[in-house]
Amino acid sequence: MKEFWQLYLIFARIGSITFGGGYAMLPILQRELVENRQWVTDEELMDYFAIGQCTPGIIALNVSTFIGNKRKGVLGGIIATLGFITIPIILIIIIALFLNNFSEYAIVKNAFAGIRVCVCVLILNAVERLWKKSIISKTTFLLFGVIFLLTIFTEIPLYLLVISSAVAGIVINALERSHA
Amino acid sequence: MILLQLFIEFFKVGLFSIGGGLATLPFLYHLSDTMQWFTHADIVNMIAIAESTPGAIGINMSTYAGFTTAGLPGAVLASIGLAAPSVIIILVIANLLKKFKDNAYVQSAFLGLRPASLAMIAAAGISVVKVSLVNIPIFEQTGQLLDLFVLPSILLAIVLYILSKKTKWNPIILIALSAVAGIVFQFAGA
Repeated sequence: MKEFWQLYLIFARIGSITFGGGYAMLPILQRELVENRQWVTDEELMDYFAIGQCTPGIIALNVSTFIGNKRKGVLGGIIATLGFITIPIILIIIIALFLNNFSEYAIVKNAFAGIRVCVCVLILNAVERLWKKSIISKTTFLLFGVIFLLTIFTEIPLYLLVISSAVAGIVINALERSHA
Repeated sequence: MILLQLFIEFFKVGLFSIGGGLATLPFLYHLSDTMQWFTHADIVNMIAIAESTPGAIGINMSTYAGFTTAGLPGAVLASIGLAAPSVIIILVIANLLKKFKDNAYVQSAFLGLRPASLAMIAAAGISVVKVSLVNIPIFEQTGQLLDLFVLPSILLAIVLYILSKKTKWNPIILIALSAVAGIVFQFAGA
């Protein structure tokens, strides 16, 4: 019981500081769950994000469900996800009640212009760290480059890119084995 | 009855929007047209609010629509409706993966998935850079390379990067610091 409560509280905290979409939660997950608690590994996080990208629903929720499920089974997955959405729900209710033009306030605009800079840096930190664990050969480097460019410069849906790269992984592995 | 409707309609949004975030937008516009729970203008406002609150835009919208149509229970049920499909599908996938994680094909698929996942994370970083460290509209107007870079933001980014390397501070502290810096130095020019 105590562990479920702990899971809920941690995801409530992560949900309250995840600004700017699912990927912004990654550096926070690395600190809270990979380093401080060893609940998941960096590799698992990358897998969860990739799968979250090509399954229905919001990536941040998909990743929360994955981690909660790994930690405490089905109920854990549900509780982590509920934790993640708690603070956003409360905040939006407050905004709907009292602050109709919340995002027009100068102080809010300025604060979030600052936070966006921080999100850049946090994502850069996350990429640096995951680089060592996923770019392990010339072919994985090539795959990274291709997907990176396609994501930035084309409108190809990301789930198609994810599925293609899974197939690429299987093909590359088969080719390398037949050469060896 | 309205509660059940809220749950079902947002369940559908959660089920059909793959990739999350802005992928929910077309479904939200559709929902706005069919149910009149919120207007198109509400959606635009909510994009701005989603950028300035934690969480995801889909959850923000479901909370707002649920709350304005049926109060607190509406907000909670609409949001749970939106989250439910992801939770169910991921639980199924996670438990399948547990069974097949030693399968050679699954393992080599992940060998391809990880670089792709990282590439998308990096690309997400670039899209944040575009709205924080550089100012493309001004650069397009003036053509001056110096106008492309937002110097105060870049300076803050360098400071934050050094802090993230030299200290073991929690990301929350860095986020709070950058919010204060944004307010003090009026980063949005507001």
